[in-house]
Amino acid sequence: MTVILNEGDSAGTTGAASGSPVDAAPEPGKAMTRGRLVLIRFMRNKLALVGLVVIIGMYLMAFVGPLLSKWSYDQQDYSAFLEPPYADHIFGTDKIGTDMFALTMRGLQKSLIIGLLVALISTTVAAIVGAAAGYFLGVADKALMWVVDLLLVLPSFLIIAILSPWFRGKSWFLLVLMLAAFQWMITARIVRGMTLTLKEREFVKAAKFMGQPARKIIAKHIVPNMASLLIIDATINVGSAVLAETGLSYFGFGVQSPDVSLGTLIGGNAESATTFPWLFLFPAGFLVVFVLAVNWVGDGLRDALDPTSTRVRRREKKDTKEKAA
Amino acid sequence: MTTSELQFDAPADPAGEGPVLQVEDLHVSFPSESGRVRAVRGLSYQVSPGEVLGIVGESGSGKSVSSLAVMGLLPSSARISGSIKFQGRELIGQNDAELSKIRGRRISMVFQDPLSALTPVYTVGDQIAEAILVHRKVSKQAAANRAVELLDLVGIPNAAERAKAFPHEFSGGMRQRAVIAMAIANDPDLIIADEPTTALDVTVQAQVLQLLETAQEVTGAGIVIITHDLGVVAGFADRLMVMYAGRAVETGLVDDIYRQPRMPYTLGLLGSIPRLDVGEKQALVPIKGQPPSLTDLPPGCPFAPRCPMVVDACHTAEPPLFDVDGSAEHRAACIRTNEIAATDAEGAEAAVEIFGAEVIGEPQVAKVPREQRETVLELDRLVKEYAVNKGVVFKRRVGTVHAVAGISFDIREGETLGLVGESGCGKTTTLMEILGLQKPMSGEISVLGTNVSAIDAKRRFEIRRDMSVVFQDPMASLDPRLTIHDCIAEPMQVHGYGKDEINRRVPELMRLVGLRPEQLSRYPGEFSGGQRQRIGIARALALEPKLVVLDEPVSALDVSIQAGVINLLEELKSKLGLAYLFVAHDLSVVRHIADRVAVMYLGKIVEIGEVDSVFDTPRHPYTQALLSAIPIPDPVKERQRERILLTGDLPSPANPPSGCRFRTRCFLHASLPPEKQRVCIEVEPPRETQAPDHEAACHFAQIRQVL
Repeated sequence: MTVILNEGDSAGTTGAASGSPVDAAPEPGKAMTRGRLVLIRFMRNKLALVGLVVIIGMYLMAFVGPLLSKWSYDQQDYSAFLEPPYADHIFGTDKIGTDMFALTMRGLQKSLIIGLLVALISTTVAAIVGAAAGYFLGVADKALMWVVDLLLVLPSFLIIAILSPWFRGKSWFLLVLMLAAFQWMITARIVRGMTLTLKEREFVKAAKFMGQPARKIIAKHIVPNMASLLIIDATINVGSAVLAETGLSYFGFGVQSPDVSLGTLIGGNAESATTFPWLFLFPAGFLVVFVLAVNWVGDGLRDALDPTSTRVRRREKKDTKEKAA
Repeated sequence: MTTSELQFDAPADPAGEGPVLQVEDLHVSFPSESGRVRAVRGLSYQVSPGEVLGIVGESGSGKSVSSLAVMGLLPSSARISGSIKFQGRELIGQNDAELSKIRGRRISMVFQDPLSALTPVYTVGDQIAEAILVHRKVSKQAAANRAVELLDLVGIPNAAERAKAFPHEFSGGMRQRAVIAMAIANDPDLIIADEPTTALDVTVQAQVLQLLETAQEVTGAGIVIITHDLGVVAGFADRLMVMYAGRAVETGLVDDIYRQPRMPYTLGLLGSIPRLDVGEKQALVPIKGQPPSLTDLPPGCPFAPRCPMVVDACHTAEPPLFDVDGSAEHRAACIRTNEIAATDAEGAEAAVEIFGAEVIGEPQVAKVPREQRETVLELDRLVKEYAVNKGVVFKRRVGTVHAVAGISFDIREGETLGLVGESGCGKTTTLMEILGLQKPMSGEISVLGTNVSAIDAKRRFEIRRDMSVVFQDPMASLDPRLTIHDCIAEPMQVHGYGKDEINRRVPELMRLVGLRPEQLSRYPGEFSGGQRQRIGIARALALEPKLVVLDEPVSALDVSIQAGVINLLEELKSKLGLAYLFVAHDLSVVRHIADRVAVMYLGKIVEIGEVDSVFDTPRHPYTQALLSAIPIPDPVKERQRERILLTGDLPSPANPPSGCRFRTRCFLHASLPPEKQRVCIEVEPPRETQAPDHEAACHFAQIRQVL
């Protein structure tokens, strides 16, 4: 963890020595805000942009695709069982004649939302709880860490399984909340530890002595300095949330048939991967592409937020060289 | 002691054999992202037996790299060429196994950071014994005994006991002693000391230098001492080599270089050091700009971009070392040495003349007598104690750390109070108490006439506007994730300034501290230490405070950069009429910038008063010892000075001595007859007025001039 913390100062001297201008201010005297600067740096990262486009594309596909298809996920074509892809069913059909494209899109809808939301919620909760516990210490720390420990000891799978019948038929959002509720604790502990060291740094003290209120110090100084950790954590959580939901669905909790998610599709069709590959490859392919795109965006965000990252700069240098040649 | 002396060879005759170390045309380069870094470019020097060579330069000048090359400790990616001869034997090209026979046995090294030079998991005794066992066939018992003798030799009390201690149980000074003990364990012929005192307190620094001198006498070794502080080597080194951008730019006998520096860089270095022994306001010489990047040096003199004497000819070719003043000993790499020689002034005065530095005037408000000025900050018997707790489930209090034990002082408008003392004396705790604005455990803090014990959150927030802080470490005091603009704007945002006003004021502040507003959208990581400290100062001034608390603002900076920041602070004070609370351990800087000075020892103020009065006629033995420990960058004066060496380290503030807290280390106390000593032990000395605006807390205060 210390490695991440120290990025700022270790790279400092070398950066100063080379003195390469990263971002020449567009107009002298008028400074860019942090948000704009991060945006510019993010836009420079091609891979991250590709990732972002892919994610947006997948959302569009998941929600618009079914409208264009003549098949629905809960509708069977009794004239085509286990057919490989052809013009009528572009992703093929499964053994009861359901159109795989419709199924995959339906699954994608569920998984995109569950994956992203769970990751977002759990990482946000982890950041807030961990930073608050580490910053305020005392009673707040004791209480919050007690909750963390409690949730860590409780078998999460069992609890969600027990509660599942109760929220059957209710909003899918409850499932998201439940999944998120059991994913944030370990990160919160790490965040707390990092906050303890960050708190002793002089810029935090400086903010305190100028009268900055605690919640603003946490939001402005402490959490951004842990951005690398949080972003990596969130990208990993996207994958694990989709998988956790798969596990639940496999045992009959979570997303229930006839509704599907990418998880249920992959779980159900895994054994057909070699015999009827289209049953497995399409949902699995979408999951892989989705997680990969999230990772690219995550990397891009991390580099954009991290002032010491040279990746954004170096690429630019190469560009100018190419132009010159 | 006698037994240990027996085991060293008789010091070699300095005139015999020839040089121990001879470096010829050494080049070292490293690969890096932006091309090869040519860290050392054609360096030649030699060290004779028993001689002390000082290598001086800014960070990044190649001084450490060149000595690591001698030790053969450079990473394998480094490309080394030239010749390094140790006692006539070529070292370059030898493999690691062969070098290992020499390293630690014939050449040894003392590193800068004594904490990382010792392994935390072995006892100090074992580590010294290991150094012996590696090179000599002796029994483990004999090596352990020898380790104890060595610890005794370097002045560690109860050596037999302490040899069993682990490094973390040693204080910084004691660790450095242990490292020196290890360095002399095998009676080496050459000792390389890389900034051996930089990480230590001034009082300990004096002890360690003395110890290195002893080590040299005992072993008869040649010593190479690397430092960035010209003061340290003035009294210790025989010859000096000034390095800049990987080359020697001036070499010669210590006296010649200090009296008649012939290279503008050396001049600048000399002129940039505030002098402890100069009473009247002295102009400090800041060297402008940054050391050049070593990847692609432009042709010509590498110092030319920063040199005040630069002419067109300087840009054509890099000057070699010329003999100056007709002596073969003193050489300088400058084409205009004759013109420097033509100036009448000597040493630092010549620097002031050539660099055109000016004395910065006093603020307007300083003309008003002190008593009539507004009090900005007042402490009255401030106390801060920490509980020492033990136990996991049931915490019980086993002791109290008396970090600050009742200190009082006040600061008036437009005035600078220097607060000095060793680390651990309670300076930082005092600062945090003042900045925290909370009700103290006991005593009172008043800021601008408002007692902070009796105010609500709203008023506290208002007071924060009038008081700001600049921290020691410019790397840590700016949020690496905020742009400079956001850093400086933060206090104004907190205090509800409008957006337009902030956007107008931030560039203004940048200009005020001597930086270009175009750099506002950069991150702190892209600035050098000195520039970052300027940004920190800009942030502190954003709200137009009345009082600025400076926590060692220049101690982390290179000497040449330090002068620029000190000048800036003085300028701002004179322009804006600020009051400073200046915490420092460097007394020379305090003498230069402060109007009044308070000396702290173990949570108490032992002496306070007008700066010249305290420095010229110190009354308290601790002040005297502190002052005498500060090296003066003048070899002649430095050798004649009598040094008061304090024994031991600071006692634990959890268990301070009874009566006078300083008595355990006091030389005056030790010299008193027993009945007078009892007074010291039983009665705590009150602070008494000794002269106008000069108080000291000593029963037997007497003036002793130490400068």
